[in-house]
Amino acid sequence: MAITSDPTQSETLVRIRNLHFRRGRRAIFDGIDLDIPRGRITAILGPSGTGKTTLLRLIGAQIAPTQGTVEVDGRDVHRLPLDELYEQRKRIGMLFQSGALLTDLSLFENVAFPLREHMRLPESMIRSLVLMKLEMVGLRGARDLYPRELSGGMARRAALARAIALDPMMIMYDEPFSGQDPISMGILVRLIKTLNDTLGITSVLVSHDVAETCTIADYIYVLSGAKIVGAGTPQELQAEHSPTVRQFMSGMPDGPLPFHYPGKAYLDDLLEAPR
Amino acid sequence: MTDLLAGLGRRSLDFFERLGRGHLFLLRVLASVPGLVRRPGLVVKQVWSTGVQSLIIIVISGAFVGMVLGLQGYNTLVTFGAEESLGLVVAKSLLRELGPVVSALLFAGRAGTALTAEIGFMKATEQLSAMEMMAVDPLRRIVAPRFVAAIIAMPLLAAIFTAVGVLGGYFCGVGLLGVDDGSFWSQMQAKVLLMEDVVNGVVIKGVVFGAVISWIAVFEGYDAVPTSEGVSAATTRTVVHSSLAVLGLDFVLTGLMFN
Ligand SMILES: Nc1ncnc2c1ncn2[C@@H]1O[C@H](COP(=O)(O)OP(=O)(O)OP(=O)(O)O)[C@@H](O)[C@H]1O
Ligand SMILES: [Mg+2]
Repeated sequence: MAITSDPTQSETLVRIRNLHFRRGRRAIFDGIDLDIPRGRITAILGPSGTGKTTLLRLIGAQIAPTQGTVEVDGRDVHRLPLDELYEQRKRIGMLFQSGALLTDLSLFENVAFPLREHMRLPESMIRSLVLMKLEMVGLRGARDLYPRELSGGMARRAALARAIALDPMMIMYDEPFSGQDPISMGILVRLIKTLNDTLGITSVLVSHDVAETCTIADYIYVLSGAKIVGAGTPQELQAEHSPTVRQFMSGMPDGPLPFHYPGKAYLDDLLEAPR
Repeated sequence: MTDLLAGLGRRSLDFFERLGRGHLFLLRVLASVPGLVRRPGLVVKQVWSTGVQSLIIIVISGAFVGMVLGLQGYNTLVTFGAEESLGLVVAKSLLRELGPVVSALLFAGRAGTALTAEIGFMKATEQLSAMEMMAVDPLRRIVAPRFVAAIIAMPLLAAIFTAVGVLGGYFCGVGLLGVDDGSFWSQMQAKVLLMEDVVNGVVIKGVVFGAVISWIAVFEGYDAVPTSEGVSAATTRTVVHSSLAVLGLDFVLTGLMFN
């Protein structure tokens, strides 16, 4: 790939070191090191509520870590001046878990939004760019619909079209597969792969869909209990012996990974008299 | 007792903390206002939508307030045989007080709440977050144009309210009660002063009230707890706080202007 062979640029696009983050008294991350290589698909797997979305927000510098650094393209995003951070963000696309489409704008205008905000382009050009992105996600015919008229899966695909509108160098996908039927799932998987292969876009894929993720990811990190409990290629992880990783990869209910949000014992809770 | 004191302490700390945050927020909004010069379209669109939103309620209320002023003014003036001054009384009270104050209260209830709810909803549904990630500053793109638009729309609405009110007073006084048509207008024309009444009243008060209402409204929306309950609480606070602020400020401004 042209980008990775450039000697002036390092292999690693995102470098996270000793990351700590807490919500109230609960530590979401407790000293995490993580590298996201340029031009590859890196997946972050983990049970619901471990902080995968939080990690993406930390990379996007929407929230600040309590300790540690997040470097994107060699620069600590949490120390960047605001205008440089905004320049940086133009090159990063993010697909929100909820889609987060602008509800007052039609689908077409939603995808056109970043183009209109950041570039001075003639209307005809905007039109062809937007239609091209919508075509990629199979929603060209739905361009005049409003977000409230879309299903959850459609909204997510529309948001994906918007995330790639500015042709970013990196895209962070937060649960792109949830709510997709097998066909659109297949198309999405292929789309992510194509964007990655042909344009060399670095992809960060957050998911709890182990099977789909294993088919496209080059490298996988497994997050659990505020730590990284496993890392490796899909093959390596599937052969991994650590009980945590095995439990997660095969979806067994019993094992070291808790299904429950931390709390006191069930019996104690039941027996405790209501105040 | 200690609980009570502790509660009181916590509430006043919260209050001052919010007040501080509100002022910092205002500074950040003001800092992004100059950028709007390059995108006047955003402001014009908001002036249009906030203005139109409130226009009907402003016109109807203005008519009724003017008509009531006509009736009450006539009742008082006629006992002194001074009913020719009705036009003057109606116009002065509308220009100086009722126009700006009543239209500000209506504006807070109509446009202020809509502003808070809109911004709060955008926050709750991650639309503001999504904008940030698209490198679009929501303060510049969403908040600042709405803030400025409300400041522009408010004096215009106060002027419309006042004009309709005068017509309402004319309808009651001249149309129903038989005050002389010519003296209704000529007294008004002779004694209403541009600086003293129009600028002080409708213009200055209108701008000040507009600024306070839109500041409160956008801050409450931006600061809302991102849930449906949080947004509804913020909307309520917008009405309560901005109405109190308008009435309090009106007293201060009247004191400064007319004494
Ligand atoms: N605004 C917030 N305030 C307090 N706690 C929060 C907030 N947002 C998230 N959390 C907590 O942070 C933890 C991580 O949340 P996050 O959304 O990152 O999880 P996730 O891994 O993306 O889960 P999922 O797979 O279900 O999307 C959760 O346990 C949640 O309780
Ligand atoms: Mg999540």
